[in-house]
Amino acid sequence: MPLSEEQLERFSRHIILKDVGVEGQEKILRGKVLIVGAGGLGAPAALYLAAAGVGTIGIVDGDVVDRTNLQRQVIHFTPDIGKAKVISAQEKILQINPGVAVQIHQERLFAHNILDIIRRYDFVIDGTDNFPAKFLINDACVLARKAFSHGGILRFDGQTMTYVPGSACYRCVFLQPPPKDAVPTCAQAGVLGAVAGMLGTIQAAEALKYLIGKGRLLTDRLLIFHALTMEFRTVRFQRNPACPVCGAHPTITGLQDYEQGTCDLRKPR
Amino acid sequence: MQIKVNGAPQEIETGLSVTGLLVRNKVEQPDMVSVQLNGEFVQRDRFAATAFQEGDEVDFLYFMGGGR
Repeated sequence: MPLSEEQLERFSRHIILKDVGVEGQEKILRGKVLIVGAGGLGAPAALYLAAAGVGTIGIVDGDVVDRTNLQRQVIHFTPDIGKAKVISAQEKILQINPGVAVQIHQERLFAHNILDIIRRYDFVIDGTDNFPAKFLINDACVLARKAFSHGGILRFDGQTMTYVPGSACYRCVFLQPPPKDAVPTCAQAGVLGAVAGMLGTIQAAEALKYLIGKGRLLTDRLLIFHALTMEFRTVRFQRNPACPVCGAHPTITGLQDYEQGTCDLRKPR
Repeated sequence: MQIKVNGAPQEIETGLSVTGLLVRNKVEQPDMVSVQLNGEFVQRDRFAATAFQEGDEVDFLYFMGGGR
């Protein structure tokens, strides 16, 4: 279906890019991206993907907006406090771009439901805040051969990598979830709101590159930045033969739920 | 001898192990870091037995679990 006049105008700054063009924009419009977590990372990612014209955006989040979210979760506004995050996110996405089909999944991902959800999408953005979810997303995407972007933030630091079938996965770097109490949580340690924005928009850019099939994805590399010094570093690696899910002798052939760490405990409202 | 730690040169004593380097760099929670040596991950149970050679390139990759 050719682009409408409205679409040609709306996406003109994409279309003028040599590596996007009408063809790339059409791929974006046909693209389906799942964002897991409508929080610090998912909020900016969702806003940019909606503005970019991604045809279908899925949002997974079982939580409601609270006041502590507003410092960084820029898709949620003050009047949204108490509202389901998926609804709040859907409303903003449709205000930016009414052409997006928003699929809301007002639930959390577990071993029993993740595969059924991710199979409907081309690309997955991990915007979760806990290791059980991050490992679950990695394992599910590796087993289902689904491309995804990992993101992690803490204090002034961020890190991200992209997985596509055949590249190194998150477990190649981090074999197992860390001890449950070893990790300071965002709630305990804090995070600069803008760091979430920096990382979430990198993840959105990776999703768009994946959809249009141009450039070099952040595969087999971990991008690490420290916002206090504003230094960025890329660490290269290869698939780890000892990786339990994609290595030479995988021990993980199905999905399992890990115990939720403290980062995941919700304070009572 | 000199090695590179997270991209920056660092002077270390001969025979220093991965465990020793983590202490030297004040990594408080070794459980929270993956260590890559010359492009290959060092298994956690090999941290104490793995020593460095001149020119080695070491990277510490930290678990980062936040996102919301």
